[in-house]
Amino acid sequence: MWEIIKTATPQIIAAGIRYTIPLTLLSFAGGIFLGVITALIKLVVPSGNPVKKGLIRILQGIAYFYVWLFRSTPLLVQLFIIFFGLPNLGIKLPAFTAAVITFSLNTGAYSSETIRAALLSVPSDQWDAAYSLGMTETSVLWRIIFPQAVRIALPPLSNEFIGLVKDTSLASSITIVEMFTVAQQIEAKNYEPLVMYMLVAALYAVLCSVLSLLQGWLERRTSRYAQEGDEAVD
Amino acid sequence: MKRLIKLEHVNKAYRQHQALDDVSVSFDDGQTTVIVGPSGSGKSTLLRTINLLTQPDSGTLSIDDLAVDFAKPISSAQKIAMRKKTGMVFQNWNLFPNLTVRGNIMEGPTVVLKQSKTEAAAHADELLKSVDLLETADRYPNQLSGGQQQRISICRALAMQPECLLLDEPTSALDPEMETQVLRVLLELAKQKQAMVVVTHNMVFARAVAERIVFVENGRIRYDGSSDGFFNATDERIRHFLAGISLSEGSSMA
Repeated sequence: MWEIIKTATPQIIAAGIRYTIPLTLLSFAGGIFLGVITALIKLVVPSGNPVKKGLIRILQGIAYFYVWLFRSTPLLVQLFIIFFGLPNLGIKLPAFTAAVITFSLNTGAYSSETIRAALLSVPSDQWDAAYSLGMTETSVLWRIIFPQAVRIALPPLSNEFIGLVKDTSLASSITIVEMFTVAQQIEAKNYEPLVMYMLVAALYAVLCSVLSLLQGWLERRTSRYAQEGDEAVD
Repeated sequence: MKRLIKLEHVNKAYRQHQALDDVSVSFDDGQTTVIVGPSGSGKSTLLRTINLLTQPDSGTLSIDDLAVDFAKPISSAQKIAMRKKTGMVFQNWNLFPNLTVRGNIMEGPTVVLKQSKTEAAAHADELLKSVDLLETADRYPNQLSGGQQQRISICRALAMQPECLLLDEPTSALDPEMETQVLRVLLELAKQKQAMVVVTHNMVFARAVAERIVFVENGRIRYDGSSDGFFNATDERIRHFLAGISLSEGSSMA
């Protein structure tokens, strides 16, 4: 058994470095980007001239539809539609690209709600104080509200990130040779399903544990300002 | 004395409640005016109107050489230009928790006035020194007491070099000792002829800083005149108000 583990482990780790990790990082970056944009669109209060108002309403309609669609359908089905289905419409994507797009869209839909909640949880007093200095809406958002929202959003977003690491194993079903695919391939030769799947599970666990440590570090970094004496103010 | 801020025929309704009912009032340069009145009388709405944090339904506002008509849409550029003329201090100070004390004071000057970091930091330290809080410059607001935070928020407002300082219940959330610290800062500013409009419940405080008192009730101005005239008024409503305040004096009003 040790012999199997010794030969299989490097191969699975290599697949992790080549596919699982890049797939996770790219998809998460894309997902956060989509999530921030979607959250902001949902939070804007339609105002201004009728054309601008109408445009905002249409964008909000799209945002709500997008979040609804990706939260109401299984990730595996989304992956199949984008990789196997879209070629029928003439859109043929490489497997890796299809996976990044699907995982980004899926993560974006979930994280948009986390980000929206975090932005809303920053007290409106902070907006008042920044506005009273004469800051523009954009400055207030990026310089005052976002840094405070990040601290609130970090734990739930880390949850989504760790979830995504494991979800990338679904990419094995669209021909991507990531960690789980390699485990399957080796198992097909040595007929040791218990050992092989336990091994790959352990390697996912190691990867996620490293990320949890990273989360702890990031949390401490982003909440430096709130650590000491949080209770001191009456 | 130069007329600095002028509100004319300002109306603001929240559903059924008329927060401001045809209010016309003006504030002069170099003068400290205290706005008093019962809870819900519209005094905070009045102050927030001057800073355009609340937009009334109708009326006009002019500050210095700028003017807006509330019945018409106000562009963000207009709002920013007017807000630069005043500095706001809030009841719960509303410091930015993600920035250090110095960062809080530098934020407006660097982002809005485009001052260099060095210049803004030097000015921030100068202001902090004037309120005896220079040693807190590199700390975060949450590590400080309410009285300290409120003095820092006054520095943050002053860093923009406003024509007029607007203070919304600046001592209501503070215990008496901290209140005295803040009061001392405001008295010093009054001595330097910094124009101020202060909304407060605290009559001891009002007596100490006010050159002029505006009494607001049910969204209308009931008295506008000297501080002595207010505290010695024979008007029944004012006497009633002052009697009610003195009964609750000492109890927590935050």
